[in-house]
Amino acid sequence: MPETSRRADANPKADSTAVEVADLTVAYRDKPVLWDIDLSVPMGVLMAIVGPNGAGKTTLIRSILGLVRPTAGQVRILGKPYAKQRRLVGYVPQRGSVDWDFPTTVLDVVIMGRYGELGWIRRPGAAERRAAEEAIEKVGLTDLADRQVGQLSGGQQQRVFLARALVQDSLVYFMDEPFQGVDATTERAIIDILRTLRDEGKAVIVVHHDLQTVEEYFDWVTLLNVQRIASGPVDEVFTDSNLRAAYGGRAALFSRELAEQRERAKGGDGP
Amino acid sequence: MDGEVFTRIFTDYTLRTVALGTAALGFVSGALGSFAVLRKQALLGDATSHAALPGIAVAFLLTGSKAPLVLVLGAALAGWLGTLAIMTIVGLSRVKYDTALGMILSVFFGVGLVLLTFIQRRPDATQAGLDTYLFGQAATLLDRDVKTIAGLGAIALLAMALLWKELKLLSFDPDFGATLGFPMRGLDIILTSLIVIAIVIGLQAVGVVLMSAMVVAPAAAARQWTDKLGIMVPLAGVFGALSGVTGAVISSSATRMPTGPVIVLCVSAVAVASLLLAPNRGLFPQWLRSRRQRHAVRKEAVLSDLRALEEQHAGEAPGHSAAVLRMMAPNPAGVSPRLQELSDRGWVAKTGSDEWTITEEGLRALEAQLGSGGDER
Ligand SMILES: Nc1ncnc2c1ncn2[C@@H]1O[C@H](COP(=O)(O)OP(=O)(O)O)[C@@H](O)[C@H]1O
Ligand SMILES: [Mg+2]
Repeated sequence: MPETSRRADANPKADSTAVEVADLTVAYRDKPVLWDIDLSVPMGVLMAIVGPNGAGKTTLIRSILGLVRPTAGQVRILGKPYAKQRRLVGYVPQRGSVDWDFPTTVLDVVIMGRYGELGWIRRPGAAERRAAEEAIEKVGLTDLADRQVGQLSGGQQQRVFLARALVQDSLVYFMDEPFQGVDATTERAIIDILRTLRDEGKAVIVVHHDLQTVEEYFDWVTLLNVQRIASGPVDEVFTDSNLRAAYGGRAALFSRELAEQRERAKGGDGP
Repeated sequence: MDGEVFTRIFTDYTLRTVALGTAALGFVSGALGSFAVLRKQALLGDATSHAALPGIAVAFLLTGSKAPLVLVLGAALAGWLGTLAIMTIVGLSRVKYDTALGMILSVFFGVGLVLLTFIQRRPDATQAGLDTYLFGQAATLLDRDVKTIAGLGAIALLAMALLWKELKLLSFDPDFGATLGFPMRGLDIILTSLIVIAIVIGLQAVGVVLMSAMVVAPAAAARQWTDKLGIMVPLAGVFGALSGVTGAVISSSATRMPTGPVIVLCVSAVAVASLLLAPNRGLFPQWLRSRRQRHAVRKEAVLSDLRALEEQHAGEAPGHSAAVLRMMAPNPAGVSPRLQELSDRGWVAKTGSDEWTITEEGLRALEAQLGSGGDER
């Protein structure tokens, strides 16, 4: 099946910077939630943002997307401010951020991914419908396309959001915990889709809560806990000392588990 | 009620005016109220309508006119100011939404009552009838009132239709909408203004005290019957229109009692019936379904009971009495029909008068059922 991207003309050079964050500080009332974050993510990577609960992962994504007003700092997407690059950015919010009892179907929600392109007042038509159906097929929900979204399982709802981001046909994707409430099979299916996006040269930035799978799924990682602890390729950055810095006291547990896992992996490779 | 009252809608000019006016205001408030309900802002309608009262009084004091457009404009301005005040208080301070709402509602309504009392103490006769704005009096609707209601209502509905996809986005996922570049705060203000219009055009007929029911109840009722926004909104409009007409006709032909309470009774009846009876979401059908499910004997259960029997009696001649299976099932009456269905599929076979055995195919089917483990849900 030939994949004709509506954005073939805009395809960036592989070496351009997808996301550039400089000196970003965010505070809710007086409490700093993100402190002086610098971040530079190239195109063509699949990057995890990890950190303990309340580390500011969601806030980081939301402030990059202009949903939270930072106290200080700049954000650039492919070299320009976000407001100029909206059409190039796709977003998968946390599943709990909407009321799934809303009277709308899977197809309807996925079509929302085309609203930005449509602009004011124009209604979605056959082209939007086709794009949505294609994305729904990619995430394996074709049989449920006409269901009210509240009748889906958590994993299926997560895939609805993913399909909506896919029809945005973007270059840079931000996803907030897309694996939350998802079973193992679905997790595989989702990661395959994310890898495909990465292989097409796009940047995919994912808030992730499972340290065990970081090395398997991602090629870049940012460790966050109010401050940026480290950011870069997984094999350079995902180290015990960085994990301890990000997770504090709880890190001991994580790093021991990780060490055991690595041991097992090594043992398994041998004869 | 005797049907004669309703046939008079077509012959009696005054009654027809009243019916038209209440149908229009019912439709508009029902349709736009859907968005308020879906955004869980049902109470906002209450605050807006109460806050409109001082606007009506001030508009009358300033102009000395009872022209509907003047009073509606005053009501809209005050209602909108009250709503804006709530949003501002919540945005700028630590005061909670419901507290701000209660504060604004009672302050505005109190001021409105004081002004109304002041107006009524004045010696001139022009003020007569302003107090109907409290509980509404549909019988006072004149041609010009109906024209105002229909005109403003049409504008509000047109705006809603044009901004349909933007309002859907606002109501379902405003953050996502913001990332797409739509000014969600501006859309919020537009939608709120449309709801304010829907409320103020109903105040003369329904009254400030109970108008919020016309915003909430038809929408809550309509939500019960459908899972599609494109059906829910017009259905809420129809519910609102029907309740409006019924209530207005009853109140103005029977005893000239205030219209608001009668309309609210009608719309509440629709809402309660919908909450109880709607096929999917209604409480009664839900109760029936869960009862049936508890008593239902699943095919798979009968099949697996039969297999268990065969395993216990391995080596003996195949075939087990349905009576035994009935003892194993939660609801004995369900066993025979299930056996019949299973035998139609070739999963069980009859070995005696009412004796059954599981077939090879049945065994395979059972394995497949257990293996798949069902949906991830
Ligand atoms: N809207 C808000 N108002 C006030 N505090 C907030 C808000 N959103 C998040 N926070 C606080 O900011 C911190 C970071 O939150 P968040 O970005 O959601 O963390 P994470 O996604 O890493 O779990 C938390 O301490 C949280 O309590
Ligand atoms: Mg989070």
